Amino acid sequence: MDPLAIGPEPLNLPGVVSTVAGDGRDGAVVTFLGLVRNHNAGRSVRYLEYEAYEPLALKAFARIADEIRERWPSARLALHHRVGRLEIGEASIAIAARSPHRGDAYAACRYAIERVKQIAPIWKREFFEGGDVWVEGATADPDDLRARAEAERVACA
Amino acid sequence: MRVTVKLFARLRDIAGAPELARDVTPGSTIGSVWRSLAQEFPELGPYERSISSAVNADYAKMDYVLSDGDEVAFLPPVSGG
Repeated sequence: MDPLAIGPEPLNLPGVVSTVAGDGRDGAVVTFLGLVRNHNAGRSVRYLEYEAYEPLALKAFARIADEIRERWPSARLALHHRVGRLEIGEASIAIAARSPHRGDAYAACRYAIERVKQIAPIWKREFFEGGDVWVEGATADPDDLRARAEAERVACA
Repeated sequence: MRVTVKLFARLRDIAGAPELARDVTPGSTIGSVWRSLAQEFPELGPYERSISSAVNADYAKMDYVLSDGDEVAFLPPVSGG
């Protein structure tokens, strides 16, 4: 299993954690699972469909891992994102961040999810009671330093 | 020369296809391909300021000059996670 991946298979959090296996120096792994919620913006959500530009998404994940190594040199990242139809309660993203101390692991994990939402070429289509809509969030610009600084601010808050 | 245009999410819905082949003149940029698509599919117009673009699966700016065989992608605002 690769530490960075995207595909239709259900996510396996222990598998994701195992891809950041340590060498005994590390004292913390922080994980995050993003789940499909049954409500959004006042709508009753039935299910979601995710699509991605997969080769570019993998490069975006690698970029996020590089940014984490720059900012928290001892931390390591694993990140899997799912695509296709996801039912309520299923996981769309699994992240594991590992480091010698918990502070860096928490920060790196939070940073990773913030950056995914900023720069990963992935889209969710929400099917709700009465219709469906493409959710449109951030304009993806990996060179936008203000966005990167904002992700870092949130991660270290 | 010929390029492949990939469209995602709502942009794909508007154009009615995930991929289009387009003949363009040498010297064409990502921006010029976008402008001709927006003429072809006027509903794309409002996305002018919010899209990102990529060439051969790397982010690239609108003034990037294309080569024969390039794969150009237009990406609406993202919503992963």
